[in-house]
Order: sequence, then structure tokens, then C-alpha cells
Amino acid sequence: MASTIRVRATSSGETTEVQALIQHPMDSGFVKDSKGEFIPPHFIQQLTFEYDGKTVFSADWGGGISKDPYVKFSFKGGKKGDELKVSWVDSKGATDTTTAKIV
Amino acid sequence: MTNTHDGFALSRRVVLQGAASVALVGLGSTAFGLAPALAANDKYPEEAFKQKSGADAIKLLYGKTAEPSDKVKLDAPEIAENGSVVPISASTTLGDVTSIAFLVTENPNALIASYKIPAGTLPSVANRIKMARTSNVIVVVEAGGKLYSATREVKVTVGGCGG
Repeated sequence: MASTIRVRATSSGETTEVQALIQHPMDSGFVKDSKGEFIPPHFIQQLTFEYDGKTVFSADWGGGISKDPYVKFSFKGGKKGDELKVSWVDSKGATDTTTAKIV
Repeated sequence: MTNTHDGFALSRRVVLQGAASVALVGLGSTAFGLAPALAANDKYPEEAFKQKSGADAIKLLYGKTAEPSDKVKLDAPEIAENGSVVPISASTTLGDVTSIAFLVTENPNALIASYKIPAGTLPSVANRIKMARTSNVIVVVEAGGKLYSATREVKVTVGGCGG
């Protein structure tokens, strides 16, 4: 199955800018469906970015993050061609992981 | 440094360990499969994300209160036509930043996201959030062990939390 995570990591020499887009419903539990019943909560709770064996950025998320979440950050260092590992775990215990090459 | 979030995580951990050892006795090897999943989850500040009030969420997350600072910059649209996707970003000129959190005071649960900023990562984050209605958006920055915040009102034309 194709990964739910799309990552773009761009090195400027000094810093690496990371943008990630994840396919996920991010159901908060506060939205009703067409029958008027609440859609149960189902959202990513933790998202982690690792470079060179170290966590460079991590997120704790609630149901208030938009569907198909997007996040952007930058860290010092990061060499072109090196890999960045991205993983998430959601409120139902599902996970996904991917690696992206820094360009 | 006292931190109620750590204290809370610790007490949860103790409870989980207790539960795991009980499970070990009762269920034998099945407990081994269960324990790592619980351990991976214990850092998630579940109670903070369940709070209705932003102040309560900040207290649970950090164990202290934030003071407004002009060194914290919050970028948000003045008017959001679609409350289900509101682009919000924050950055700061403060040094020694360890965490950045976003809250929407009028949402059913105020806390949206909490980001850990390790040393070497720039104190700047962009994300997209849901807003149920017109509300203050608050960004909290933890720098040098203290909390600083910036607040902006975002007017929402069509809410994004339904219900």
C-alpha cells in the first residue's frame, strides 16, 4: 500500500526545511454524519521526525488538526541525500512510517 | 522543575506498569504483546487534549501559566471562510525554545497541537487547524523553562467542527 505520508525535505546548506502532508481523516468526534450520528474520534496523536538517529521534531495532536494534516518546520544541519524518517500513530493504534531523502 | 504534565505521565506509567504486571500473572505471554503499545502511548498528554478551557489545557501540559510576549509571532488569517482548514503558523525570536503549542479557545477541546522543539530545530511551525467558530487562537512558546504566548482573533464564516 502506498504510504499515507508525503514528505519534502529541502536542504539550504545550513538548515533543512521539512514539509509533510499525511492522508488521515482526523475525525475529532464532534462531527455528525448525514444520519445525525457522531462520527467516532479517529485522529493522529503523535508524529515524529528522525534524522541521524535523533528526533528533530515531534507533534502531539488532538482532533483539532485539519483532515489530511500538513506541518512545516526546519532544523539545523541535514545533508542532501541523507534520509529523514517520519512516523505517526493514531488514536486507534494504527501507524505508518516512511523515509524521505533530503534534496 | 515541577511539571504537572511529567507528574501525570509518571502516575499513568505507574498505573500501566501495575496493570501490565497483573496482566502478566493473569494472561501469561499475551501481556508481552500489550506492554510496548502502552509504553509508546504513555507520553501522549491525553488529559490536556480533553480540556474544554485553554487555561486548563496549558496548566495540564506545562504546569504553569503563560505571559503575553511580543517576541512570539502568530500568523493567522483575519477571516477564515472555511473553519475546517485554517492555516496557522508561529515563530519566535526567543532563545532556548523547547515547545510550541496551539489552542483555539472556542473549540470543544481547546488544545490543538503541542510540538516538541529539540535543540537544533528552529522555533517555527506551520500547520492547519479546525475552528468551530470565531475564536481566539493562542500560541504558547516554552522558552528557558518559561511560557510566553501570543493571541489573535480569527473570524470564521463557516465552522469546521460540525455538530
